[in-house]
Amino acid sequence: MAFYIIAFFIVVPAILVIVSRNPVISAIWLVVTLFAQAALFVLLNAELVAVLQVLLYAGAIMVLILFVIMMLNLNKTSLKWRAVTGERLILGLGAFYLLAVLSFVLWMISTGPAANAPAKEIAGTIEATGKLLLTKYVVPFELLSVLLLAAIVGSVVLSKKQKVKET
Amino acid sequence: MNYLILAIVIFCIGVLGLLVRRNLIVMLMSVELMLSATNITFVYFSKVWGVLDGQVAVLLNFVMAACEAAVGLAIIVQLFKLKGTVDIGNWRELKK
Repeated sequence: MAFYIIAFFIVVPAILVIVSRNPVISAIWLVVTLFAQAALFVLLNAELVAVLQVLLYAGAIMVLILFVIMMLNLNKTSLKWRAVTGERLILGLGAFYLLAVLSFVLWMISTGPAANAPAKEIAGTIEATGKLLLTKYVVPFELLSVLLLAAIVGSVVLSKKQKVKET
Repeated sequence: MNYLILAIVIFCIGVLGLLVRRNLIVMLMSVELMLSATNITFVYFSKVWGVLDGQVAVLLNFVMAACEAAVGLAIIVQLFKLKGTVDIGNWRELKK
């Protein structure tokens, strides 16, 4: 029962993200759906992931996006609603095609023999997850820190070039 | 099982937003939606198989999403300075 309530609070705001015409409203709805996903992670025994979802996704990344939206100072014309016609209607149907294909594959898998595997109890505590992160997955972890450094350098370079051009 | 259907639905909402919307910031948010759908799948399979590897993958995915948002938003800000709009139809090239 809890799952369906949470699923409702994930799916409906997710739809509102892509249909609301104002990007600020979209960002707020995205925060709501990400919060509901954190609740879903708690339901799945992933406490650390849930906490980090709230801190990183709903906190840091969404603040970044909201800051950029405020900074861009969008005028009225960019908030205008645009009808979904022609080529974009066809493109949108592609998403529904993907939905149908994925659901069909899932249905095929679920009727297969490996549907009901016995599940062990797991607890996604900081200790257990952190130990795994720093032993088995230490190489991807370090590689991601390099990626983060590259992203920082990339953002700085992108911002700096414009400044030189302006002066 | 329900979790996978939920993840598929969210992923397809993200694809739909990416294809239909022409506001670049909303498109970036659609990509975030798709990434979060993969996170749900990872955590669900982690629970089903009783191993923590999926949750570690989600933690790594968070970092990747942060990188993507940072670089993407930097590019959007630069393009906005260049053209004065976030509508993607006006951007056919990255330089002047």
